[in-house]
Amino acid sequence: MAPPTNTTASSEDLATDILAALDKSQPLLSSDAFPSATFVDLKAALDRLASREMVRYDTIERQEALLEPEAEQIVANGSHEARVFEALRKAVEGLSVKELEEAIGDKNVVKIGQGKAFKEKWISKTKDGKFTAVADKINDTTQEQIKTVQQTKTHPDPKILADLKKRKLIRTQNIFSFKIHKGPKFALKIPEEATDLTADMIASGAWKTATFKPYNFKALGATQNGGALHPLNKVRQELRNIFFEMGFEEMPTDKFVESGFWNFDALFVPQQHPARDLQDTFYISDPKAADFPRADSPDDTKDYQAYWGNVKAVHQDGKYGSIGYRYPWSGDESLRLVLRTHTTAISANMLHKLAATKGPDGRPLPARYFSIDRVFRNETVDATHLAEFHQVEGVIADYGLTLGGLMEFMEIFFGKMGLHDLQFKPAYNPYTEPSMEIFAYHKGLGKLVEIGNSGMFRAEMLESMGLPKDMRVFGWGLSLERPTMIKYGISNIRELLGHKVDLEFVQGSPAVLLGQE
Amino acid sequence: MPTINVDKYRLFEELGEQFTPDTFQQLCFEFGIELDKDTEEDETRPKDQAPELAIEIPANRYDMLCFEGIAMYLNIFRGKQTTPNFKLLDIPEDKMQKITVSPETEKVRPYVAGAILRNLKFTPERYESFIGLQDKLHQNLARQRTLVSIGTHDLDTIQGPFTYEALAPKDINFVPLNQTKKMNGQELMEFYESDKHLGRYLHIIRDKPVYPVIFDANKTVCSLPPIINSDHSKITLDTKNVFIEITATDQTKLDIVCNIMVAMFSKYCDEPFTIEPVKIVSEHNGTTRVTPSLHTRVMDVEVDYLNQCCGLQESPESLCKLLGKMAYTAVPDKEDAKLIKVSVPPTRADVLHACDVMEDVAIAYGYNNLPRTSPNQASTIGKPLMINKVSDIVRNECAMAGWIEVMPLILCSHEENFEWLNRVDDGQTAVKLANPKSVEYQVVRTSLLPGLLKTLRENKSVRLPLKITEVADIALKDETKERKARNERHFAAAFYGKTSGFEVVHGLLDRILSMLRVSFVTHEEDLHGKSIDYKVAENPSEEKGNGYFIKEIDEPTFFQGRAAAIYLRLGGETRRIGEFGVLHPTVLEKFDLRYPVSVLEVNLEVFL
Repeated sequence: MAPPTNTTASSEDLATDILAALDKSQPLLSSDAFPSATFVDLKAALDRLASREMVRYDTIERQEALLEPEAEQIVANGSHEARVFEALRKAVEGLSVKELEEAIGDKNVVKIGQGKAFKEKWISKTKDGKFTAVADKINDTTQEQIKTVQQTKTHPDPKILADLKKRKLIRTQNIFSFKIHKGPKFALKIPEEATDLTADMIASGAWKTATFKPYNFKALGATQNGGALHPLNKVRQELRNIFFEMGFEEMPTDKFVESGFWNFDALFVPQQHPARDLQDTFYISDPKAADFPRADSPDDTKDYQAYWGNVKAVHQDGKYGSIGYRYPWSGDESLRLVLRTHTTAISANMLHKLAATKGPDGRPLPARYFSIDRVFRNETVDATHLAEFHQVEGVIADYGLTLGGLMEFMEIFFGKMGLHDLQFKPAYNPYTEPSMEIFAYHKGLGKLVEIGNSGMFRAEMLESMGLPKDMRVFGWGLSLERPTMIKYGISNIRELLGHKVDLEFVQGSPAVLLGQE
Repeated sequence: MPTINVDKYRLFEELGEQFTPDTFQQLCFEFGIELDKDTEEDETRPKDQAPELAIEIPANRYDMLCFEGIAMYLNIFRGKQTTPNFKLLDIPEDKMQKITVSPETEKVRPYVAGAILRNLKFTPERYESFIGLQDKLHQNLARQRTLVSIGTHDLDTIQGPFTYEALAPKDINFVPLNQTKKMNGQELMEFYESDKHLGRYLHIIRDKPVYPVIFDANKTVCSLPPIINSDHSKITLDTKNVFIEITATDQTKLDIVCNIMVAMFSKYCDEPFTIEPVKIVSEHNGTTRVTPSLHTRVMDVEVDYLNQCCGLQESPESLCKLLGKMAYTAVPDKEDAKLIKVSVPPTRADVLHACDVMEDVAIAYGYNNLPRTSPNQASTIGKPLMINKVSDIVRNECAMAGWIEVMPLILCSHEENFEWLNRVDDGQTAVKLANPKSVEYQVVRTSLLPGLLKTLRENKSVRLPLKITEVADIALKDETKERKARNERHFAAAFYGKTSGFEVVHGLLDRILSMLRVSFVTHEEDLHGKSIDYKVAENPSEEKGNGYFIKEIDEPTFFQGRAAAIYLRLGGETRRIGEFGVLHPTVLEKFDLRYPVSVLEVNLEVFL
């Protein structure tokens, strides 16, 4: 919030007083006219007047000397050496150190005073070691100097001032005062000021004559305390828009729990694949096991039993021109329930349904699907790994697709995210062949960074579903978290996803604007 | 992906080229392996150690898990060598070494294969690589020796024919590798119980009635697979003739391992790439055969398929040439111009289908050299999912109303989901995980509340009041579904402040439902903010119109008298869609919250 210049009651009066004093004589020295006003009050009052051009002022800085307690004592009782002299003058026989101390009553005064008195040749020592006065009359210059300082707050001789300061008898401090002149809009009274334009003023027309308090343009405006969307969801929305722009249909990803069949077997991931280890995948203890794959709606007339058989055959014995993995495929293993490790389980389900569609030529229709949703991995949690993250996945099914087309598509897709000049690296993935890791040059890191994975789904997977041999399907994926972390400069994923997120971070996260250079 | 460490300069010597870091990186990128680390500049590398390259190998390239494999494939790729012609020594079957398999092995580890490398020359580097490959194969393809395990022996210390038997643990007696004391199977299990390296393999056979064992002709124990070899037949740097026996529970993987082991190291035999076969006599299960198979599979691959997928228009000859770079031997089919005959070397176990060959054409051509074509084929129409549209309406309305969106985790502990909310697990609701690594992940949440409350707990230093919302899925057990569970989209909000904020949460409910075109049905008077379709009913539950109403509830999650269930009536059907209220102080205590909290949770699926 930008508060109007603050005005307290006392500075209100002071401002009026300044105007009155200035009317009588100018320039006005604040130290003369208002000796008791504090610097802060004066400055506030003057700023207020100056901002209205009623006065102008210069700040004067000067040094002031003040007495230390020891100096106060000297003003009252004389300097230490004078007191030593006086005590000795009164004692005709002279005094021993001890007697002198008793006479003066301050060991410290004796210690410093006798040395100084010797130097001034005011006193001397008798043969029996006693002190005795030798001067007739002395002039206590130290006391005089200090008295001068006490009265004038300074001393005409800078050397003496420095000497007293060195002897720790005085200290100096900087004093600010003001030299005040009338300003062009000088008046005796501060006009009444409005802080804001109000409905009443508009109704009454008071705004025409009113004076407005100046607004502080150097401060921020009022905090909005508004609601906010989560940065991950903001990036998600940008990505969804990219998919919609390119004609993609959103897949129903409302299945955290999947069977091994859909999550792995349908994708031609063999049952001994490390991804199926307990170390990597969350298995479900309750409920116990999935049912055999089956239609989930009455209009789904596909033969799921045949599909199950195809999947088994392609793993165990080979089919569709593939020699298969040639291992005893287990139906029980396939019906084990897992938390989906990727949304590709959903893609498999969608492609299986796609195989039943019929276009004008009697063949399955081309399709573009996408989803952005949560997936689960039994990871050990650290700064870059959580047991949950969001997978962004796209699928294109069509006839006559080529790898060059896939790469060109990726160039357009990632180009919309602001990533250009992609490089593709051969990679391995059990359900895509060819598989391509996608890299883009990262200006900040000065090197190629992996931005996603892509490939053509294997024939073993697609033909088991009943898709025709010449329908090819691209799939690609990336995580939602990684581009978001890069966008918002976050290094720890736990600060982004999960309950450890800082609400002020959520509130303060700017819009995403992917693709903006 | 497995990582293989190789001596940098030995590899460069083998490749016949001194690469710069950039050019080697580029080679790896094009071929599809990954240079993970180069210790050349690593200051922590001991002075007496040669610089190493750590290379990541794709998980299906078991034939590249050693120095020899990496060097060979990169040399073939770069046109520096051709694929070796691996062959079996031509000896009649009755002159072959034999392993006779006893039917008892069915009970524990039914399959075995064997091979002999004659007149092999080990050097310290080769020896290390030989051991290293066995180790990598054990870890990866063999799934920690469960599927396959390899034993290697100095053939000159033992004598064939061999037998593969399965005996009761106490009947197997031998001195294990690098030990001095003879022990039986039982003692051996105890001996290696706490062994860091071998301890993790004991479970594979420990509780079996019989343990597998390889004997030579004199009943000398060669090995106790998959645990350990005998000390008697161990190989050394001076070993000339190596007997390899491999046992398995999976025959396909057994053959793959056998082929790879002998292919990689037959290079160092007097007669390179020639392997002496072993006859396996296994009548009881019909697997009598000669191993290794070293079978070169010939595939007929369509020229059009390769060209079309890659977007190329290469001649059959030129495709064959490209395939040569990937270790295939390919020739155009003499009878059918549309086909090429692709011979897959016995080491390339990753090649299952023509698509694998197609990928290799693309790699040989260079992924980044492939002609880019328009990605547009058929035109499709974009379409959002309806539940996400509903969710977005709710999310945006909440943000507009000043609430902050949060995204807690979906997995939580059982306590957080039930006990801490004073809720009872009826066993019919929550999906439970079998193998979580942490108690934080025991169940799939059945409510959005635990995540919201944990988010509040972590944000206690932020200026009050805190107003947070989430629109996301929970999961519920559902026996009627194929996967025995279903997701449900929920909307939840929590208010945390010095006062309960009950009316604030109530107001959010009214706002959101009115934005979803659902009106409030009540018999109360003096209700403000009447919308156009606002209705007044004396008894809401009997009224026929659509709308929502609330009814006080007494549930232990909430503070008494400060909670209500939300009912939605659509098309004459009334159902409870959620609840809201002030949380019970005991709930706050569990979630370590000091101020009152009001929450709201609604099922959004009903608005579809």
